[in-house]
Amino acid sequence: MAEVSLRKVFKRYEDVEAVRGIDLDIADHEFVVLVGPSGCGKSTTLRMVAGLEDVTDGDIMIGGDVVNDVPPKDRDIAMVFQNYALYPHMTVAENMSFGLRLKHYPKTEIKARVNEAARMLDIVELVDRKPKQLSGGQRQRVAMGRAIVRNPKVFLFDEPLSNLDAKLRVQMRIEIKKVHQKVRTTTIYVTHDQVEAMTLADRVVVMNKGRIEQIGTPNDLYHNPATLFVAGFIGSPAMNFLPCRLEEIAGKLNVRLTDRIAFPLPLGRATRYQNVGRAEKLLLGLRPEHITEASASARSGIEAFDAVLDVTEPMGMETLVYFTLEGTQVCGRVNPNACARDGGSLRLAVDLNNMHLVNQTGAVI
Amino acid sequence: MSTIAIEKAGPRRKVKYGSMRHDRAWALRWSYFFLTLFAIFALVPPIYMLITSLKSSAEISAATNPWWVFHPTLSNYIELLSSNQFLRFFLNSALVSVAVVIITMLISVPAAFALARMKFWGSATLATGVFLTYLVPDSLLFIPLFKMFVLLGDWTGVQLINRWYVLLFIYPTLTVPFCTWIMIGYFASIPKELDEAALIDGASWLQTLTRIFIPVALPGLIAATIFAFTVSWAQFLYPLVFTTSTDQLVLPVGIITTLIKGDVFNWGQIMTGALLGAAPPLIIYAFLMDYYIAGLTAGATKG
Repeated sequence: MAEVSLRKVFKRYEDVEAVRGIDLDIADHEFVVLVGPSGCGKSTTLRMVAGLEDVTDGDIMIGGDVVNDVPPKDRDIAMVFQNYALYPHMTVAENMSFGLRLKHYPKTEIKARVNEAARMLDIVELVDRKPKQLSGGQRQRVAMGRAIVRNPKVFLFDEPLSNLDAKLRVQMRIEIKKVHQKVRTTTIYVTHDQVEAMTLADRVVVMNKGRIEQIGTPNDLYHNPATLFVAGFIGSPAMNFLPCRLEEIAGKLNVRLTDRIAFPLPLGRATRYQNVGRAEKLLLGLRPEHITEASASARSGIEAFDAVLDVTEPMGMETLVYFTLEGTQVCGRVNPNACARDGGSLRLAVDLNNMHLVNQTGAVI
Repeated sequence: MSTIAIEKAGPRRKVKYGSMRHDRAWALRWSYFFLTLFAIFALVPPIYMLITSLKSSAEISAATNPWWVFHPTLSNYIELLSSNQFLRFFLNSALVSVAVVIITMLISVPAAFALARMKFWGSATLATGVFLTYLVPDSLLFIPLFKMFVLLGDWTGVQLINRWYVLLFIYPTLTVPFCTWIMIGYFASIPKELDEAALIDGASWLQTLTRIFIPVALPGLIAATIFAFTVSWAQFLYPLVFTTSTDQLVLPVGIITTLIKGDVFNWGQIMTGALLGAAPPLIIYAFLMDYYIAGLTAGATKG
């Protein structure tokens, strides 16, 4: 068990800068997920922590010791790979015990540890099989078992669920969370799937273009994104962004979307945006769940308008509706009983109490 | 109603297009035709050898049907197998081939691992260079090599010419480049994550090679072994040049030098010797093929 710290970590390849000065502190027992689009440097960062890539600049510390020049085997880490990386000629038990056997652990202890891990992962009856006799989900369990038996300071997961089908991914996600609850080992988990990030993490680190965009709890990132990138990346369907500006109408602050549409801001938001320039070009960020069918009762900050729907997507528990506003496609979530249909019109309402304003530098105000 | 329509459409389509089954049948016919052709082509010489080896010298020189044995005899086999000289050739060949296989594997497997995995400056160029050396024909090399060993003998006093073990230095120049090339291919096909996992599990480079790479690349190792053995066993030019005394000869050269006396060809024994000489590689193929399990890497990663 140990904390992990990254101090101004850089990784440069010949002509590419993959990681550009990352600062990150991961507490003992914490489950941190690095998330971002492909090529954002998240896997490179993880591989640097593992010791599989050299650090160009900066320091990586595990348990307080700088490990930049420590080989992977001496870092006391375990890694689970996207494609499992099981040794094909060994049985499940041999795969799991390989690291321990190299370190000449007593046979009885190896057996005990393998059995315990196998029980935890529900693969007891598979221990004598070869990897090729296992399904994808079972192979990933074995890969996790191989990590668990070593009882390392840090678990590293490199997109471990990307090769599994959607249903199995959900199942394994829960398994991983359960395992972490049991063993409480500090974990760094890399994924490009923001749902995985949100569901697994104690804290999520959103990365983009080699830099950290924001670090926070899943709820924090969802409700208070710091940048346009985070706001757009976290959440599915993604947040809607509409060009807008602020305008004073009859002494009240309004957000003007088009010549015809302007919504008065609720009191809280009006105070918050009081000092924003009135001529400044802004983006109004609204999550789909804050664009719903209009209800009869009026509340502060809920503003109704009519929309002609382009497409509707019934999801069962809700219906996603898509309409166009000044050339921008907007997504809303309505009740399945709201009579939304393709090409039909519907009275919708936006909840401005949950709006975000993004300025031209990409920062959420 | 709709079901009936589909049923009607089914057979009609088959008759009209039916391309898959029809094409397959023709493809099979052509394959069998060519396979038979090649089988005849490949089998006629050994069958002729077998027939001739069962004939007496008198029957061979008589103008009878060469494809039939009228008075089968094992005399050629008995004579050869009871001749100390022939057994000496056999033993020399076996010693040389086994030793060359071991030397080749000891050099080319670590070399291939280094070239395939430990990315160092110039490793890619070196890998290509290794293969290019294989393309130099041995008929070009034997004169300079001969000179080299004569000089070496003059300088050090260690006489290697006309000793069977000189071949242990020479054959690897033929086997190592190609075996290294084969192994580079096999090692390169092993997913990178496998050695990274081993590295994290605490394995050294040598342990990664011996405990992960060699078992996983076993089919490649067997292919390389078969190649090295066949090359050593069948090599003719080098032993002909480098060894002359009858007790130092290997089988192919031994058969030719001792069974052809002037213009007298002892065909019966030549064919018997060739047939007996072809047996060990055949046995080794048959034995190793059992272990040549394709797709051993299945299951390592998402396939």
